[in-house]
Amino acid sequence: MHGSAFRHKLLTVLLLAPATVWLVVFLVLPFVAIVVFSVGERAPEGGYQAAFTMAQYANLPARATAFWNTLILAPVGAFACLLVAYPVAYYLALRAPERWRLILLALIVIPFWTSLLMRTYAWMYILGGRGIPALLSYIGIEDLRLINTPGAVLLGIVYGYLPLMILPIYVSLERLDRRLLEASADLGAKPLSTFVGVTLRLSLPGVMTGLSLVMILLLGEYLIPSLLGGGKVFFIGNALVDLFLQSRNWPFGSAIAVTLVFVSVVVLIIANRVSTRFSGARQVDLI
Amino acid sequence: MRAFIVAVFAFLYLPIALVVLFSLNAGRHASELTGFSTQWYGKALANPFLVEALKNSLFIATTSALLAAVFGTAAALGLARVNIRTRTIFDALLGAAIVVPGVVIGISTLVALVQLFAVVNPFVASIWPGSTPPRLALGYGSIVAAHGLFSMALVSMIVRTRLGSLDRNLVEASSDLYATPLTTFHSIVLPQIMPAILAGFLLAFTFSFDDFIIAFFVAGAQTTLPIYVFASIRRGITPEINAIATIVLCASVLMVVFAQLLLRKTKPSH
Repeated sequence: MHGSAFRHKLLTVLLLAPATVWLVVFLVLPFVAIVVFSVGERAPEGGYQAAFTMAQYANLPARATAFWNTLILAPVGAFACLLVAYPVAYYLALRAPERWRLILLALIVIPFWTSLLMRTYAWMYILGGRGIPALLSYIGIEDLRLINTPGAVLLGIVYGYLPLMILPIYVSLERLDRRLLEASADLGAKPLSTFVGVTLRLSLPGVMTGLSLVMILLLGEYLIPSLLGGGKVFFIGNALVDLFLQSRNWPFGSAIAVTLVFVSVVVLIIANRVSTRFSGARQVDLI
Repeated sequence: MRAFIVAVFAFLYLPIALVVLFSLNAGRHASELTGFSTQWYGKALANPFLVEALKNSLFIATTSALLAAVFGTAAALGLARVNIRTRTIFDALLGAAIVVPGVVIGISTLVALVQLFAVVNPFVASIWPGSTPPRLALGYGSIVAAHGLFSMALVSMIVRTRLGSLDRNLVEASSDLYATPLTTFHSIVLPQIMPAILAGFLLAFTFSFDDFIIAFFVAGAQTTLPIYVFASIRRGITPEINAIATIVLCASVLMVVFAQLLLRKTKPSH
């Protein structure tokens, strides 16, 4: 008996060992490394010099534009996604014919798993000088500039992250007990107050999951602003690429990255608080 | 409402359709629709840099997805055998591996590996008997490791969902009939979780094949297909890129459709 308990434990350890090593070496230790770097100094030739200083964090306002752009466009983009996504999720969960539902759902999931680079590139091609503006010039509208504007970045955001917003809302709406809707109507509630009081309220956990997932991914976004915003709409992600790969100021870049993780955690905590206030179960099916 | 839904689906698919359409256009630009041609595909596949980048991407995606499928499945099986406290710690770490933005994963892996190499390389050089000691550097290995982190967390999530709905009666019946644990695993558990493992593998492959930002930081001197495409978009849009984009899009769509079909099979209630 004793031997079999030992074998049981040994097998568990062996099964978990590779994942543990991977998580520690490529997730935990790297995060510790950037925290250490963020309190260090920049070496004269670029790179890192050991120190213990808050100077990098005090210097964060030097990249204020990137922070502002990100902290404004990430929530705005996430809410714009929500406005488009909610009716779609509502239709799929409560209105779509049964035999179409799975096919429509698959059509939503597929773009999410195809290259964001290629999908953003498609818009670059469409909005660029040889795309829509060139076609519009045939009908007399000249010199329209679409690409490299905040509007183009917002469009790219909605396009890129729409599936990720639809899925969690769909999951929470699909679980909704339809008898509650009937009860609300039977008790004389108008359709609008049934929607606000029952449907919207009960789908709030899905809405919060979608909002927080999209917002966190947008906080670290690099491709969309750099392809559709040109040099003009700069995100934190762009500042990080510049600091690590071009100007090689690693300690300052690390301080920005640590701040980014901190902001993401705050977003997650807020979203979690809001959704647990309204209902318990939350689960996302990304696949 | 119907009209809005149709508009959203058009919004999702029209841009992709346009890229495919213009990859088959003989003219150089959208404003020159001059006829059907596959010349841009020929030009793209004759470009040695592009073919090299494609081979790198295929190698990296296959390796990282294979490692993730094996270790992720092992982790999912292991986590079904531990107490709740250990499981909570793993849940938090695996969740972080999925949620932490790619740009942060890329940066932190770069910083950590460069520091590690700065220690290991001189040490290896000092004890190496020959004149050319091996040097660790960024490249295939670092991309595979960084992609594998996300993919392993993804595979373990998918396999755990499947393990949760496993028919326990079969497992018990098997051991009641004196099957060894290994036989039970091999003939009862593995066949039931295999579709989930395969789906996880395909999604992990797709993720790695499509990823730009993580590879951008840890690729060192290597080029993956997304890095090559990004750099050539920066140099100016050419119809060749439409052809590559179409190939990549078709490949990922096939992968995801296949993964979806496998996962449908694993959900018994659907």
